[in-house]
Amino acid sequence: MLGCQIVTGLLKTNTGKLTPMATYNTNEFKSGLKIILNGDPYNIVANEFVKPGKGQAFNRVRIKNLKSGRVIDKTWRSGESVEAADVIEKELQYLYTDGEFWHFMDENSFEQVAADATAVGDTRYWLKDGDRCVVTLWNEVPLVITPPNFVELTISQCDPGLRGDTAQGGTKPATTETGATIKVPLFIEEGEVLKIDTRSGEYVSRVKK
Amino acid sequence: MSLDILLERAQLLHDTRDFFYRQQVMEVETPALSQGATTDPYIDSFAVEDHDGIRYLQTSAEYPMKRLLAAGSGDIFQICKVWRMGEIGRHHHPEFTMLEWYRVAYRYKDLMQEVDTLLQRLIPHLAKTSDFISYQDAFQKILRFNPHTASHSVLMACLREQSIDLVSTKALDNSAILDILMTHCIEPSFSQQHLTFIYDYPACQKALSCLSQDETPVAQRFEVYLGEVELGNAYQEEVSAKKNRQQLQSDLECRLSQNKASAPVDERFLQALEVGMPECAGIAIGLDRVLMCRCQKNSLEDIIALPWVVA
Repeated sequence: MLGCQIVTGLLKTNTGKLTPMATYNTNEFKSGLKIILNGDPYNIVANEFVKPGKGQAFNRVRIKNLKSGRVIDKTWRSGESVEAADVIEKELQYLYTDGEFWHFMDENSFEQVAADATAVGDTRYWLKDGDRCVVTLWNEVPLVITPPNFVELTISQCDPGLRGDTAQGGTKPATTETGATIKVPLFIEEGEVLKIDTRSGEYVSRVKK
Repeated sequence: MSLDILLERAQLLHDTRDFFYRQQVMEVETPALSQGATTDPYIDSFAVEDHDGIRYLQTSAEYPMKRLLAAGSGDIFQICKVWRMGEIGRHHHPEFTMLEWYRVAYRYKDLMQEVDTLLQRLIPHLAKTSDFISYQDAFQKILRFNPHTASHSVLMACLREQSIDLVSTKALDNSAILDILMTHCIEPSFSQQHLTFIYDYPACQKALSCLSQDETPVAQRFEVYLGEVELGNAYQEEVSAKKNRQQLQSDLECRLSQNKASAPVDERFLQALEVGMPECAGIAIGLDRVLMCRCQKNSLEDIIALPWVVA
């Protein structure tokens, strides 16, 4: 995933851009392929080739709408073509937000892109300046932002810690510097830095300074 | 791939040969590269260039084995590699091993019993009681219509009812819709514990099998499954040279209508039929799928020693 373009090389021109209206045949279908259906970009999640010994072939395909996140099942008659989506994934560094857009930078080219609130979604609560995120770009515009699996965030607000209660016991809500509310052990104090799993939104451990 | 899988394949080949040798069915070999190609509208042959023209890798040994039958071979079987272009997936592999055999004077329903016995031997963990259901009963039971008489609009309505979301730029014929309903709705109902035999197919799917004499004729064919995995496809073989030629011609027309490359008809096969092929029943079984079931694996890649992507 390290900054590579997860897109088939077959359809690229010399400049590395997809040719307009590039298509994929169903026999190129595989998970991870990005296609356009009814104007929306989709990611192929699973593809199964089905064919009776005597009879016609079909591809049973599970696809995820990259805008809405909705997963649906479709059946293609094998041999049909579908428009390829110019969707690539890049690892970019998160810089800052101006309240309306979230700005990311390619550390090699120093090119910047701005993601809107739709693309950022709830990921905004895990974005910390300098962290590297996977940015999914559709026609060079950010579509989805995937934060690192683990982030280290400072607790900006929580109830005072209970001294001596360091091993087991309950949890309390705490707010991170990025505005996320998470459940933390009772012994955590304001100003501490915690490691958090962004996939579950759960506290993992304290980070020693 | 573990050594165990290689041993299982060796044992499977041994068990298969042992079964036929005991029954006095003769093992034969026929050419893998021939001048004729299958006309099947949905199977594409690999074309191989020789100095003096194109040869085609067999997609099954059906034509040459029928030539041997016409020449008076009697009961024969063959284990051979076959090739089908573009067929790759969990249960498809462009190069695979086929077991094909023909029983002279058998009816297809007799052959069904023999297939049951053989597969129970080759896949030892199977429950012993297999299901035998006609194509019509399978559709009636699950989709509540008669597949032999249903109109195009009934079939299209069924696709919608079953929420099958289809992307196709071309209109679907009835046979295509039946195939979709079979793979999406009927096959998932088959038991994982024992074999399912489906027999008497729609007339439009007869291929080289005989049609029955009923008021609504059915194709005298059967398929055998374990769960959703289709293991074999059998025919009451059509012995009329004329009807075989008609079928190959209509296959070619179907290929043309799909803008597919035509296929050179195996004229020597048709000539052999004119000489006369005995009444017989025959079946082709995908041995790799049988091995996959025997080893209780989910993908052919798990049981093929050097699969397509690394071959």
